[in-house]
Amino acid sequence: MLSRRLLRDAAFIVVPVIAVMAILPSVYSNHLLLFNFVVFLTLAQGVNILYGFTGYLPFGYVGFFGAGAYGFSIAVLHLKAPPLAALIAAGAAAGALGLLLAPLLRLSGAYFSIANLAASLAVLQIISNPNLEDITRGPYGISLSGVFNPTLAYAMALAILAATLLFVAYLRSSNFGLALQAIRENLFSASMAGIDVVRARMIAWLACALVAGFTGGVFAWYVSVFFPETVFGAEFSIFAIVFALFGGTSTLLGPIVGVVILYGVYNLIGVSAPQYFQLIYGFLIMALVLFLPNGLTSLLQRRGIDVP
Amino acid sequence: MLIYTLFAGILFGLYFSLVGLGLNLVFGVMRIVNLAHGDFLMLGAYLAFWLYTLSEVNPVAVIPLAFVLFVLIGLPLYYILVPRLLAAKDPEMLSIILFFGLSQVIEAVAGIVFGRSERSIPGGELGRALAGFVNLFPGANMESGPVEILGQTFPAAWVVAGIASLLAVLCVYLYLYRTRLGALTRAVMADREEALSTGIDTHRVSAIAFAIGIALAAIGGVFAPFMLGSITPAMGVEATVTSFAVIVIGSLGNPLGTVLGGIIYGVSYMLMQSYLSSWANLLPYLLLIAILLVRPSGLLGRQVRLA
Repeated sequence: MLSRRLLRDAAFIVVPVIAVMAILPSVYSNHLLLFNFVVFLTLAQGVNILYGFTGYLPFGYVGFFGAGAYGFSIAVLHLKAPPLAALIAAGAAAGALGLLLAPLLRLSGAYFSIANLAASLAVLQIISNPNLEDITRGPYGISLSGVFNPTLAYAMALAILAATLLFVAYLRSSNFGLALQAIRENLFSASMAGIDVVRARMIAWLACALVAGFTGGVFAWYVSVFFPETVFGAEFSIFAIVFALFGGTSTLLGPIVGVVILYGVYNLIGVSAPQYFQLIYGFLIMALVLFLPNGLTSLLQRRGIDVP
Repeated sequence: MLIYTLFAGILFGLYFSLVGLGLNLVFGVMRIVNLAHGDFLMLGAYLAFWLYTLSEVNPVAVIPLAFVLFVLIGLPLYYILVPRLLAAKDPEMLSIILFFGLSQVIEAVAGIVFGRSERSIPGGELGRALAGFVNLFPGANMESGPVEILGQTFPAAWVVAGIASLLAVLCVYLYLYRTRLGALTRAVMADREEALSTGIDTHRVSAIAFAIGIALAAIGGVFAPFMLGSITPAMGVEATVTSFAVIVIGSLGNPLGTVLGGIIYGVSYMLMQSYLSSWANLLPYLLLIAILLVRPSGLLGRQVRLA
């Protein structure tokens, strides 16, 4: 059943965002930058699904992204799969990793985040190990020039973004989303109210993993040449988390605002003076936590305005 | 070969317990995750490097200086960051992000000030310090150079780092279990609210623990050029993850647990290096995950961490 809220969010946020990102390539020439914006819009919403609705902070989120990129590449290189089929392999790789790491959900708070970080580093160490060169090309990187097709890859990235935004809108307007938030607030009360805690968390966890996996697959397709360190770079996790938190989690609009502002600033300063950028970024993150721990949208929410 | 590996593992393990000790103290007392721990270690390493390069100060002599200096940095830093953080809704989670920001700031400043190139200190320096110390005793005559234990020779730097780490752990143990302030610290560790309600100035106790934690990281950093390889502004992240592995294997709040964790970590690291070297880098991560899943309270711990 479609609630009115879901329709409103879809009409006023999802459709305009997708439309803008679809039109921009024809008026702005730096397509790689636009593609990266789409990637971070999606990843920030992926973090939002998990952190905003369950309270688990996936500090090693990039593990799923990298697993997706390598799932895609291995399907293309070894199975000679067409790119669209390989994208399914990307999702499957991230989903399998999500299932493998599901026991981490037993941990709480910081332990989950640290274990998740360790898991993503472990996957990187395994994939970039020279002993696995026959399968993953080890540390020497992947080249997918045979399937290079940036236009189609960009379109698929947009489709993934649209699906992710709709899923978040669904979480915001459904009983399932409410159930997740109830679990986040109080585990015991939620299970007393008849919510299947393990199942609900598992669904959110796998959804979050799939979002990153598909995005990683489409990233591999778009850039077509990359190294393990590229697709497992900690900055993917960090950026996605900071963008989502800066805007405000458990809203649909917050992570979008966060990406547009912060990733915009990153591209303005970060490219010309990376060292000073890291410094400014560090201070920005600290100020965010100390003065605005619930994100930009909380400024409106405090005044009683319902932020979509 | 095996004996050599085990002994080297124990020496490295003692050092790793020094590296993890400060993080353990901070997490145990404040329940916040100091992701910038490794960056303070990096700063300690640069302190030792510059003092050695500019005026040939022996790294061992840098230790007390590093301790005082970083306690003085840690105290104001605590009052700037932590009270505000602890007042937030989810301090444990937010601390990860806050201290990540801090680690970015430190790394950026270090990159701007020290440059990005790799630095190192000649390993013989610690050997000279050891020989000088041993020769203080009447009748002893030791030459600086590798140290022989049970027929195996080890670099003197490893032995000195191991001994210094052991002493540091001992000091923390005495502080926690033999002083009044230490007893108050343990009270805050056990239950912050109750400690506050019995009239303990939790912020003062926590600030001291925080400063000591950072200073321990910096002392660990003084030995980093000899134990962890060359130093760069970006070395902090790896040191932080290693520290986490060490303190999670042991248990939180207990310095002896950290030593156990460090030695298990060091010995398994050395075994991996000798017999399965291409996979050795995977070890800290797998060990961390495995321990968290199998025995979440750590090997000596009682608290439960399950959701």
